[in-house]
Amino acid sequence: MGLLLQVRDLRTYFYTETGIVRAVDGISYDLQEGETLGLVGESGCGKSVSALSIVRLIPNPPGKIVSGEVLFEGRDLLKLTEDKIRDIRGDRIAMIFQEPMTSLNPVLTIGLQIGEVLELHRHLNRKESRSEVIRLLRMVGIPDAERRIDDYPHQFSGGMRQRVMIAMALSCNPKLLIADEPTTAVDVTIQAQLLEMIKELTSRLGTSVILITHNLGVVARYVNRMAVMYAGRIIEWGPAQELYRNPQHPYTIGLLASVPRLDQPRKARLVPIEGQPPDLVHLPQGCPFYPRCPRSMKQCASERPEPRLVDLDHMVSCWLPLDA
Amino acid sequence: MKEQELKKQRGEFQPEPMERERGPFREVFHRLCKRTTALFGLVIVALFLLSALLAPVISPHDPIEHNLAHKLEPPSWEYPFGRDELGRCILSRIIYGARISLVIGLIVISIGILIGVPLGVFSGYYGGKVDFIVQRFVDTMLAFPGILLALLLIAILGVGLQNVMIAVGVSTVPVYARLARSSVLAIKARQFVEAAKSMGARDLHIILRHLLPNSLSPIIVQSTLHMATAILWAAGLGFLGLGVNPPTPEWGAMLNGGRLYIRVASHVATFPGLMIFVTVLGFNLLGDGLRDALDPRLKT
Repeated sequence: MGLLLQVRDLRTYFYTETGIVRAVDGISYDLQEGETLGLVGESGCGKSVSALSIVRLIPNPPGKIVSGEVLFEGRDLLKLTEDKIRDIRGDRIAMIFQEPMTSLNPVLTIGLQIGEVLELHRHLNRKESRSEVIRLLRMVGIPDAERRIDDYPHQFSGGMRQRVMIAMALSCNPKLLIADEPTTAVDVTIQAQLLEMIKELTSRLGTSVILITHNLGVVARYVNRMAVMYAGRIIEWGPAQELYRNPQHPYTIGLLASVPRLDQPRKARLVPIEGQPPDLVHLPQGCPFYPRCPRSMKQCASERPEPRLVDLDHMVSCWLPLDA
Repeated sequence: MKEQELKKQRGEFQPEPMERERGPFREVFHRLCKRTTALFGLVIVALFLLSALLAPVISPHDPIEHNLAHKLEPPSWEYPFGRDELGRCILSRIIYGARISLVIGLIVISIGILIGVPLGVFSGYYGGKVDFIVQRFVDTMLAFPGILLALLLIAILGVGLQNVMIAVGVSTVPVYARLARSSVLAIKARQFVEAAKSMGARDLHIILRHLLPNSLSPIIVQSTLHMATAILWAAGLGFLGLGVNPPTPEWGAMLNGGRLYIRVASHVATFPGLMIFVTVLGFNLLGDGLRDALDPRLKT
């Protein structure tokens, strides 16, 4: 097991008419080979943008990766030429998106769409790629793959389409899979099936995964490590079990308290986090979570807390960790 | 097929989805036929195409053989649409005229599509400065009345069928550029384009494989409707004497030829005029029907 991905002080800003949106504002993390990282946070906290920045798929203008390093297998992806990064996309790093209904082209059969990736990166001919596509479809559990390969996307259900997307993403045995809320648009039973399958296949292929989600309850079983994002920064980072058992940041605690649990009495009320996430154009001077924080102090309003270790590899950005 | 039968014998459950065996073309054709007006348009267009293709086989006489002794003869069994000012068979001339109209229509539309669609697609896909420059150019052309532009081009290029086609073709370019751009703008925001990018696809690949096929249906509809316009314009320019050279049977020129005799022999101008009217109507009905048939929102 070696280090696969190192993200260092990544900043992605969007230059809009109302001002500079600091969608990703200096995040750093490491990802080991074969590891699964959960990137958690509410809508608009910069989860997706930070993941898209890794493969440089930020629409420019208005977006721009302002600074930082993304070291992948020893190379800084942010410094590669457009041709080189294109060779990496889909081959070494693949993505799965949120909406299975719209991430497939409606006018092409799924066989052609998966085959395209194989022809592009592995230079297979039509015949070879066809048998490979059938193998991939079987791998993701699509019954009757020989027949289904010639079907169009509208002939598949949402869950099945997401399976097709997974087959496409894993077709070139990528080293890293970025799954951007892969199960948000499908119903709960399918969610579990899909996550189980992603976990099973990636561990078999030795693929590292960045799983982006806002659903803490769903990902608990599937990630080794978790990074909680708030207002474009990682505010807490550590092994998943540690974060669930011993959360340090008031925001993480709030997130965990707002998830329904089976071991609580049925009448127990969920505890919401009051307020709204901050406007990313006008971030407060101090801690971005300060206005919503139940434990805020004077210091929080004026100074931004720097990340610091509370345990061997458990990092938190807060002036007041709970056990202090 | 064999495998399916085997599975049936083994008693395995084989779901038969209803829409399965019907490809996208048959699907559209099926929906097209459900509308009476569209079907009517389709029949007219089919007859038009057939007479253009089979002109030498079905026309009863030689279209340019004249016989002054029988000039302006009214319709008879032998000459169903009568004879014109030079004693030529009007029916045969109309049938051969369909060929010219078809060629004019196809070439005009090809010019419009071949220049306009790439312009629009690149303009929409790349946006920014490319888009700005292309769209201001398109604006300028759209602000100019089409027939005036065509007349201007003919004035520059000279009279003749080829120049008529170029002139009318060029004046349709901005329409296709606009149309292609707007569909590309809508499609490029969809997730499968982003997914394709995330798989490492090149811009050209995305344009050819993902954007073009998905933006085709409004272009198909527009080109059917343009077929009608092209035939009408070509006839109009033929009527003004700017199109084909005299012996060639062209509907607009025939109409003009019959104009002088409209009081003594009204059939000479009536039949070509009627043909223009019916053909244009047919393409318009077909275009409208196609628009409905290709609209995914109306799918039930």
